Amino acid sequence: MPEITMVGALNAALRDALDEDPRVLVFGEDVGELGGVFRVTQGLQAAFGRDRVFDTPISESGIAGMCVGLAMAGWRPVAEMQFDGFSYPALDQVISHVAKYRERTRGRVGMPVTIRIPSFGGIRGKEHHGESPETYYVHTAGLKVVAPADPLDAYRLLRLAIADPDPVIVLEPKSRYWSKAEGELTTEGPGIGRARVLRDGSACALISYGAMVARCLEAAEALEAEGVPCAVVDLRSLSPLDVATLGEVVRSTGRAVVVHEAPLTLGLGAEVVARVVEEAFDHLEAPIRRVTGWDVPYPPASLEQVYLPSVERIARAVREVVAY
Amino acid sequence: MSAPETTDDGFPTLRCLAPDGTPVGDVEVGLDEEGLRALLRWMILARRLDRECMALQRQGELTVYPPFEGQEAAQVGSAAALGPRDMVFPSFRELAAAIVRGVDAVEYLQYHRGTWHGGPYDPLATGFAPICVPVATQLVHAVGWALGAKLDGSDACALAYFGDGAASEGDFHEAANLAAVFRAPVILFCQNNGWAISVPSRAQFAAPIAARAPGYGMPGVRVDGNDVLAVYRATRQAVERARAGDGPSLIEALTYRIGPHTTADDPTRYRDEAEVERWRALDPIVRYRRFLEAVGVADAGFAAACEAEAEAWVGTVRAELVALGAPPASEVFDHVFAEPPATLRRQREEALGGA
Repeated sequence: MPEITMVGALNAALRDALDEDPRVLVFGEDVGELGGVFRVTQGLQAAFGRDRVFDTPISESGIAGMCVGLAMAGWRPVAEMQFDGFSYPALDQVISHVAKYRERTRGRVGMPVTIRIPSFGGIRGKEHHGESPETYYVHTAGLKVVAPADPLDAYRLLRLAIADPDPVIVLEPKSRYWSKAEGELTTEGPGIGRARVLRDGSACALISYGAMVARCLEAAEALEAEGVPCAVVDLRSLSPLDVATLGEVVRSTGRAVVVHEAPLTLGLGAEVVARVVEEAFDHLEAPIRRVTGWDVPYPPASLEQVYLPSVERIARAVREVVAY
Repeated sequence: MSAPETTDDGFPTLRCLAPDGTPVGDVEVGLDEEGLRALLRWMILARRLDRECMALQRQGELTVYPPFEGQEAAQVGSAAALGPRDMVFPSFRELAAAIVRGVDAVEYLQYHRGTWHGGPYDPLATGFAPICVPVATQLVHAVGWALGAKLDGSDACALAYFGDGAASEGDFHEAANLAAVFRAPVILFCQNNGWAISVPSRAQFAAPIAARAPGYGMPGVRVDGNDVLAVYRATRQAVERARAGDGPSLIEALTYRIGPHTTADDPTRYRDEAEVERWRALDPIVRYRRFLEAVGVADAGFAAACEAEAEAWVGTVRAELVALGAPPASEVFDHVFAEPPATLRRQREEALGGA
């Protein structure tokens, strides 16, 4: 079986969705002729035509707002925001309308809308190209939010997002776009709302999502060699959270470290810690640690590794938690 | 064609009837006598309902209410120019347009009673999107819907209402540009009622809103918004253009909000009563009624019959409305997602005790 990159897997997901459902539309800035600045939509316009895969003007609020109207007209829009930092002009449309339309209409008008946002840092990008916007979306009732960690799950999550009757924000970890995996592209497996335990371990649970999952796996590998076996949980679905799996894993480890790129304060880790405490308080052997970005704007390329949780920072936190 | 009237800014304003109801141009707008009478009937019904809503609010039966008195011609004339498969995207002051579209007044007013949010009626069945409060945001929805209709090969069009205040929002610009770029069958219909709450038009923009249209690549028409025939004609032309595949149009209807912004507003703090009186003299219903009676399409008995019908109707609306209670508490949770996730089901149980 050939290897596939995350970009390739996302492209395949869009291609298969366009192929299977004639109501799926793919649009955004530079997604047509160019195939997207990350090439996620490469070849789709040639394959499906300019009516179904099209470029828009640079108009993020308009892109999100058009999703609302298109969904009302019976289409299934899949929009791309070119970068995390450029998705903010669309927040009003997403928060005020995309997320609320079903509730506003007492369930009569759903929003089967997918908004893809290349997200997070680690690509030596310029300012506005390394943001972690997940909390804004997770905090908005009516949205689902997913962040894949590897190519095969990226395929699955994007397909599930497009098929979902409700709006799903797909935060694609740019720094993992060129990571490779081997395996079958399928929608079978864990759905939206389910976490995955990627590695078992009794000493501590590493809980993460997106690009930081790879660093957690790397840290777990190093810690295993030190005789500290760690479980690694890939949340995948940031909203809804898989509280049951979190509780189950931490009840078995008694210790947990949460890892994400977003700043510490009110980052998703705060919610994860609260849920774990609610689910597994009696089983906790140590305070839960968070290894996250600092409470600073995302730094320039030359300093981004100061900001991002490193394998060493993750391992150190685990050692401290285990030694508590 | 109706006579263009040039105001002091040099931009023409289309008008069919002078304020006293005298024709000032071609009054043949393509409506038969029944259609012409229907416009008057809708305006009379709408005004009576609007006044009843003000009373209902003062009596504590509605929460905050945004009256539209003075804007009946702008709303009725434009909504009447649409077909049943077209889609209206209102803001929050378009009750007159809603009833022309066949939206049930009691269902609509559930929003102002606080029973439910902006979509208590069936938006798809009525062709009237949910009431939209975030200013100008509905305009891009209309463009999306229109693009969707075009992709379906339908000749339906969308009409989005917005106010003069909304013309300053970024979403106005994005909607106008996207509509033009995609040649979307959409009509951007501005009711310029002179005031964005307390800020007058002259402090909001320095050129007519309609004058922006060529800059986007679409026709822009300014029309006397208190002249229902002129509004109907301008909208009809825009609808025909949209159906023919020629893309969007921008219409600016000059009108006036006789009442407050909402029942929570006190307009005496920011505008002259003399200005209000000048606009009262331009009343759209009086003007049109005079015209219909002068040309013999309606007699005084017709308006009287409409008023009697309105009186009986608002009585029914009032009775049904005040009888409305809150929906079941479970509805707070039940419409957020098609299938509530486990985390929300748990909160629902906590709130309702498993009800």
